[in-house]
Amino acid sequence: MKVNGLFKPKTLDEAYHKLTEHSKNVVMAGGAWLRLSNRTVEEAIDLSVLPLSYVKDRGDVVEIGSMTTLHEIETDDTIKSLYGGILSQAVSQIMGIGLRNVVTIGGNVVARHGFSDVITPLLTMRAKLHFYKRGTISLEAFLDIRGKTTDVLEKIIIPKRKAAGYFKKVTKTALDFAIINVSVTCDEEGFSVAVGSRPSVGQLAYEAMGLLNQAKDVDEKHIDLAAFKAADLLKFSDNHRGSQAYREELTAVYVKRGLLAVKTCFNQRGGHDD
Amino acid sequence: MSKTRVVNQVRPSVDGKGIMQGRKGYTHDFVPDDALIVKVLRSPHAFAKITSIKTDEAKQLSGVHCVLTHLDFKRKAHTRAGQGYPEPSPHDTFVLDYYLRYVGDEVAVVAADDEDTALEALSLIKVDYEVLEPVLDFEQAKDNNIRVHPEEDIYEMFPIGFDPKRNLAAAYHMEVGDVEKTLKAADVVVESSFYTQAQAHVMMEPHTVHASFDVYGRLTLYSSTQTPFHVRRIISQTLAIPLSQIRVIKPRVGGGFGGKQAIHGELLVAAIALKTNKPASLRYTRQEVFESTYTRHPMRIDLKIGAKKDGTIQAIDCYGLSDTGAYGEHALTVFMVTGSKVLPLYNKVDSVRFHGDVVYTNRTSSGAYRGYGAIQGNFALESLIDMLADKLAMDPVKLREKNMMKEGETSPIFEIMGEGTEGTAMTMDSCKLDVCVEEGLKLSKWHDIYPRKQTNNKIKSVGMAIAMQGSGIPYIDMGAATIKLNDDGFYNLMVGATDIGQGSDTILTQIAAEALMTEVENVAVYSSDSDLTPFDAGAYASSTTYVSGNAVLKAAESLKAMMLKEAARVLHVKERDITFDGKTFKAADDEITLSSLSNQLYYNDEQKQLTATESYVGHKSPPPFMAGFVTIEIDPQTCEFEILNYTSVVDCGTTINKALAKGQIEGGIVQGLGMACFEDVHITKTGRLISNNMLNYKIPGVHDIQSLTTMFTDSFEPSGPYGAKSVGEIGIDTPPAALANAVYNALGVRLTSLPITPEKIFKAMKEKERNHA
Amino acid sequence: MINITFMVNHRKHSLEVKPGEYLIETLKRLNIHSVRRGCDTASCGVCTVLVDLKPVPSCATLTARLAGKNVTTVEGIHDEAGALADYFGLEGADQCGFCNPGIALSVHALKQQSSPITEADIKQALTGHLCRCSGYVSQVKAIMAYLKDDAHV
Repeated sequence: MKVNGLFKPKTLDEAYHKLTEHSKNVVMAGGAWLRLSNRTVEEAIDLSVLPLSYVKDRGDVVEIGSMTTLHEIETDDTIKSLYGGILSQAVSQIMGIGLRNVVTIGGNVVARHGFSDVITPLLTMRAKLHFYKRGTISLEAFLDIRGKTTDVLEKIIIPKRKAAGYFKKVTKTALDFAIINVSVTCDEEGFSVAVGSRPSVGQLAYEAMGLLNQAKDVDEKHIDLAAFKAADLLKFSDNHRGSQAYREELTAVYVKRGLLAVKTCFNQRGGHDD
Repeated sequence: MSKTRVVNQVRPSVDGKGIMQGRKGYTHDFVPDDALIVKVLRSPHAFAKITSIKTDEAKQLSGVHCVLTHLDFKRKAHTRAGQGYPEPSPHDTFVLDYYLRYVGDEVAVVAADDEDTALEALSLIKVDYEVLEPVLDFEQAKDNNIRVHPEEDIYEMFPIGFDPKRNLAAAYHMEVGDVEKTLKAADVVVESSFYTQAQAHVMMEPHTVHASFDVYGRLTLYSSTQTPFHVRRIISQTLAIPLSQIRVIKPRVGGGFGGKQAIHGELLVAAIALKTNKPASLRYTRQEVFESTYTRHPMRIDLKIGAKKDGTIQAIDCYGLSDTGAYGEHALTVFMVTGSKVLPLYNKVDSVRFHGDVVYTNRTSSGAYRGYGAIQGNFALESLIDMLADKLAMDPVKLREKNMMKEGETSPIFEIMGEGTEGTAMTMDSCKLDVCVEEGLKLSKWHDIYPRKQTNNKIKSVGMAIAMQGSGIPYIDMGAATIKLNDDGFYNLMVGATDIGQGSDTILTQIAAEALMTEVENVAVYSSDSDLTPFDAGAYASSTTYVSGNAVLKAAESLKAMMLKEAARVLHVKERDITFDGKTFKAADDEITLSSLSNQLYYNDEQKQLTATESYVGHKSPPPFMAGFVTIEIDPQTCEFEILNYTSVVDCGTTINKALAKGQIEGGIVQGLGMACFEDVHITKTGRLISNNMLNYKIPGVHDIQSLTTMFTDSFEPSGPYGAKSVGEIGIDTPPAALANAVYNALGVRLTSLPITPEKIFKAMKEKERNHA
Repeated sequence: MINITFMVNHRKHSLEVKPGEYLIETLKRLNIHSVRRGCDTASCGVCTVLVDLKPVPSCATLTARLAGKNVTTVEGIHDEAGALADYFGLEGADQCGFCNPGIALSVHALKQQSSPITEADIKQALTGHLCRCSGYVSQVKAIMAYLKDDAHV
């Protein structure tokens, strides 16, 4: 990638206006991957100069600044305690510490890469995104928007719930992108199940969740059926990391394991009591 | 064996500290400030012909000094293989050519002031291609209507089965006894086809070379090569400049594994320097390393074994089909090693046949890679041995012990098959394979686990394989060493042997120090500079410890004899009346220290320089042996597995350096596990490589291996330096078969194509369920 | 072009950099040879340096962002790298060495950890450092032995 200029905004407002000023202006998050693109960038908007690197406990929610690096997230105690620490776990399996010191959660989320190991757990943590202009929207809603993001992501908001979580990344080798990643959580609103790297981006398994959340008392039969539904109804396809058929099988296995794990864990905590 | 003080001990690598501290050492660290940056325009097509190529615009770009296309070179077929001369590889390559035979083949080359300008110049070269239909499937290549090499001016140096009209780079056939007849009479016959993939070397340092003229006007290259002397010869022959005008320096090299045996950018950089009279530098991008150097030869091996009911193996029949890709580097020799360094493992057969073809395709070339055909053959043979054991209802270890090579035995294959030529008969003066198996069973706790153990929801299992390799290429590849005595009594050791990170500088220094009864610190080593060090074929074919090591030992003995003579002169006694302990020459009632003697020699009395040069060429290639045992834990639902441990018990004769020998084995094991488990090559329908970077081609990382257990048997090879054989390649051979056998022991499914991924196991399980239903 | 001032191995550098320039290129301009390129995709760890004592791949770190920061390359921890090399030598963990300067820096960063360092910590620190020679087990052992003697375990 060729970068013609670097813009250091003083405020989010400046960053936003610079972004919308020219179609070849881009927000630069971690900036690790510019090299891999062939595009020419007119001005790269350097968000690193804004105070967007933080994890803040607001009582009912936790806010993560968009420029927080993956390694900061991995080592943050507040995040370790959210939803069984699945976000910390997921992040700790991405490449090496060095790269995790550079790339940011905002960059990862906005890029919406199919293989993202961040989006899948965030979906099951009921995460919301706060953009400078658009305001707060759910992560699901953001994933449905097509085309380039012409807004500046300020922070990610995760509700603080009594919850249990499970995350599994299936890879051929520890450092590879996932064949699939699976995230399952349980909080007082019920179960959430998401599967990513299908190879397209993480998605909630609504039918599976509906089935579980409508059941009075979730037993193994519900879990089996939910796992089957997740594998059956989410869309999977082939790439060189795995076939559609294998992805479906892995999904069925790991959604089940995830549900069993979070159910036990959530029950042990006495459901609504932590 | 008498006690050694320096050899068979641990000594830190002589260059280890400097490298860790970041001192200048590798090729790119020495690029002259004013070097032109060289970039290569590469073919976007798997097969195409250049119908026109226009470089005017590129040449006019400010900062561009030179653009070369095939029109700028005199057409001269050569091979990049980087072997001795005459090469057993077909001369089927031109420096630049109007035919492009794979995605990544060289179209044109640009030299500019900086990288950006060079890249811009590449985009200004206008090429018209006639795009041709490629041959991408090696099983369809032989006698295909499409000819990968339609040109007439290519040739073989001596008969290797080269027949480009049939897309054959090489072919081979040998038979001992009558295989068909023995198989017909056998009680049990097992057979299967096995597939191995085009593993990439992924040495950490990309291929790098730069060239400049020294003050004497000679062309000096720094190259990250395994074969500096062959590089010098090939540049001279191909660009028609006198050998005397070229110097090749090999500084520290960041890994090779065979991937730097061949010529890569050297010819282009030399041509640019000659054309512009300016220094020029080329560093391959990682994408170029993947697409445009070469890989391991992918193969299909059709193997049959016939045996008696009691487990006596009577016949082995092996047909191989090897894919050499666009060019025939190492086509024949890798293929022959698939037989010659695998089949003798079971040497008591009545008959054995090995034959097959090496075909051209429009894929990235194949070439030398650690294991060199043996890993492919080993996967097939050692898998099929377990399949035979299964059929005979016999323990696979007992089956091996009954049939495998033992000390004092031989195989007729040694005499028949060499590397590209006939072989050399030899008996196994050192072969502790039996001990390797026995110790490995204990260390791996084989009997506690075999064949499998249920643990919670997982299955633990073990699998094993045995292997052999060689030690150099007898009567062909030579190594030489010079040792110089200096004032104050320290030595310089100059070797042509090529340290590519495996530690040859260190172990050769240890050999010299042992022979001269001194310590490593007293021997300053310098290696691989075609002007300053004696000849050596290079770092390949597991030759350095054995061949170059013998040369160093001879040189040290020679120098010691010279020193004794001088000491005798000074002490006025006969040489035989002197003892030397490394520091002092002692006669009955007089003595002189080495330090005083050398100071006298250089400053005071009958002054002279003492230097000894010796060379060595092998008369045999004593194989190292090993037994490898893998312990895995597999999830039967998803078929994901973890490598819990790999136990290696190795007979490489004496280990010159215990720590470095362990490093060779463990590094080989993990590379072999990468090939066994997940390293894979993916191309598009049109032949473009998808796995062309380190995001898409994965090598093992620190989390992929839990533990390694490595042990060396007591063994002594009488023809080796201090009893040593080679250790560089043997480590890589066993993992694929050991893993396949462990997976079978766990789940009862037999995987015959590499890599053995969880998904493949899963599919095989489904298949098995269907067949049972 | 952007003017920035930052420290490399405790030495101040003020220079002009391109907006898209990565630290690996800047360091080469400053004649630092130990930071070498292995992969082009931030996947191998060879070019690792420390920025304010945190390991980062210099091929993925934009120089323009480093104003006021402290960059450490292996030249900046010369004696410590030498001490670590001794342990690598005894374990047979060093071969081609191309990955070693980066590893030495990650070990230096690991030593900043306040809690005792475990084998799992070492493996996590080595995660981004690919090595095609050693098989890793000897590296982990060597680093563990070094840290033990250096009283970090």
